[in-house]
Amino acid sequence: MKRLGIPELVCPAGGLPALKAAVDNGADAVYFGCRNDTNARNFAGLNFTPKTMADGVEYARARGRRVLMAVNTFPRPGREELWRDAVDAAADFAVDAVLLADIGLLDYASRRHPKLALHLSVQGSATNYEAINLMHREFGIRRVVLPRVLTLDQVAHIVRNTPVEVEVFGFGSLCVMNEGRCWLSSYATGESPNTLGACSPARFVKWENSSGQTSTRLNGILIDRWTDDERAGYPTLCKGRFEVEGETYYAFEEPTSLNVLEILADIAKIGVSAVKVEGRQRSPAYVAQVTRVMRAALDALERGADAYRVDPAWTAELAKVSEGSHATLGAYDRPWR
Amino acid sequence: MRGTDFFSIPGFSLPDFVPALASRLPQWPYAVALTAAMNAALRIGVVPKEDIEALEGKTFLIDILDAGARVCFTFGNGIFHPSFASPERADLVFRARLSAFLQLAARQEDPDTLFFKRELSIEGDTELGLIVKNTLDAIEWPDLTALAARPILKFHGFNLETAVDH
Ligand code: SF4
Repeated sequence: MKRLGIPELVCPAGGLPALKAAVDNGADAVYFGCRNDTNARNFAGLNFTPKTMADGVEYARARGRRVLMAVNTFPRPGREELWRDAVDAAADFAVDAVLLADIGLLDYASRRHPKLALHLSVQGSATNYEAINLMHREFGIRRVVLPRVLTLDQVAHIVRNTPVEVEVFGFGSLCVMNEGRCWLSSYATGESPNTLGACSPARFVKWENSSGQTSTRLNGILIDRWTDDERAGYPTLCKGRFEVEGETYYAFEEPTSLNVLEILADIAKIGVSAVKVEGRQRSPAYVAQVTRVMRAALDALERGADAYRVDPAWTAELAKVSEGSHATLGAYDRPWR
Repeated sequence: MRGTDFFSIPGFSLPDFVPALASRLPQWPYAVALTAAMNAALRIGVVPKEDIEALEGKTFLIDILDAGARVCFTFGNGIFHPSFASPERADLVFRARLSAFLQLAARQEDPDTLFFKRELSIEGDTELGLIVKNTLDAIEWPDLTALAARPILKFHGFNLETAVDH
C-alpha cells in the first residue's frame, strides 16, 4: 500500500498473469484495459475480457492493491458507444479510477458516474497546470499522468500549482513525441495509437534476417537495420535511423528506456503522488522484474531519502529488460527545453 | 515468478558439435512431443477458444539454433499437428538458443527482452507472432512449483498464505 510521502507504484498488466506478477512483486496499483480499441495498447491477444477483469480486480483487491482501468484512446466518430461502454464497465467493476484522455469521455464519465474517480491519461497531453486545473474544475479529475516531455523543475512547478495528484513515468520504453498527438504511425500505416490503440500495428511490421543483419520494415518503409551485435528496439518510426542531409542516424530519438531511479528521491520530494511503469505489451516476467526493482527502490527511499542510493543490481536488472542500448533520464534532466 | 523463486535458468550455449550431430537426426520426434504437450494444454482449457482461432491453418517453425533442432507444426481443426512440410514455408519462425527457449517457457524472461538482446528472432507473420506471444502470456498455468513445495513448507511449519502472498 502507498505510504506517506512515498509515491504509489503503478504497474502495467496486459493480462491476468501480468497483473498477478505486479501484485505479487509489490505494486501498489495495477492498470489495465479492455480487449478492444478503447485502450492505447490494443494488440492482438492482449488485455482483459470481462471474466479475466473480474478475476484480476478480485486478486488485487484481496491483497489491498488498487486497480486502474485505462480507456485512453479517442472515440471514433460513429462508434462512441464502445468507449462509453468501457467507462460503464469501469464503474460496474468499481475500479479505483479510470484513465481517460478524451474530453467528451471525461464529460460523460463525470456526469454519468459522479463517484468514479477520473485520472487524465498521458494521452490527454496536459503539460501545464492551467490545463490540468481546467480539467479539475470541469470534470473533477483526481490525478494527471504527465507526458514524458517535462523537466523535473517543470514537474515541481505543476505540483505546486494544482490540487490534482501528479503521476509521472518511472520506467519503460519512451514515446515522447507529442503524446496523444503523434502522427508517425498513421503516416506509415494509416493507423495510430489514438485511433486504433496501437503504434506500428504488427501486421505492418516485417523483420528480415540476412547474414549478419536484421532489417525492420513498417509497411514496406525501411526503419532500421541492426548488425548482430547491436541491441534492437521496437519497430516505430520515431526510433528509426534515417538519412538526413547525407548522414544516417536516429533522427528523432535513440531507442532507449526511461529510468528514474537516480532521481527517485527528488521525485518524491517535490510531491509526486505516483510513479508509473510502462509496458502493458510486455510479459509477466518483465512486470515481475521491474516491479520488484521499483518496489525495492521505493522501500529504500522510505527508510530515508538521505541514505538512498541506487543499487547497481537494480540498474543491471532494468538495463537487461530495456529497449535499446542505454537508459536515460529523458526530459527530466534535459538541458534544453 | 513464483516458479522462478525456486530456480533460475542461466543463459548457456550447447557445444558446437551438437547442432551438426542433431540436425542429422530425424526432426519429427521433437514435433510430436511438443504438439502433444500443446494439445494437452488446449484440452485442460488454459487457452480461451477465441484466442486460438487466429492460429487456424498456420504453420510454425521453432528453430533451436544450438541444438540443431527444427520443430515444425501446424494448427488445424482445433489441434496442433506435427508437420513434415518444408520448414521454409512456415508462417511464423522463432529462432533462439535452447537456453532462451527454456527461459521463455519458465516465464523467467520476457520475449521482448530477448528480442532487444538479439537472443530471439521472429520471422514471417509478425502479427501472428504477437498473437502467439500474448496468448502464451495470458495462460494461467497451474502453479505446479507451489504445489510441489507445499508439503515441504508445511513440514517446516510455514504459514503458506503469508509465505506466498505479501
Ligand atoms: S511513433 Fe514513437 S512517438 Fe509516435 S506514438 Fe509511436 S512510439 Fe510514440
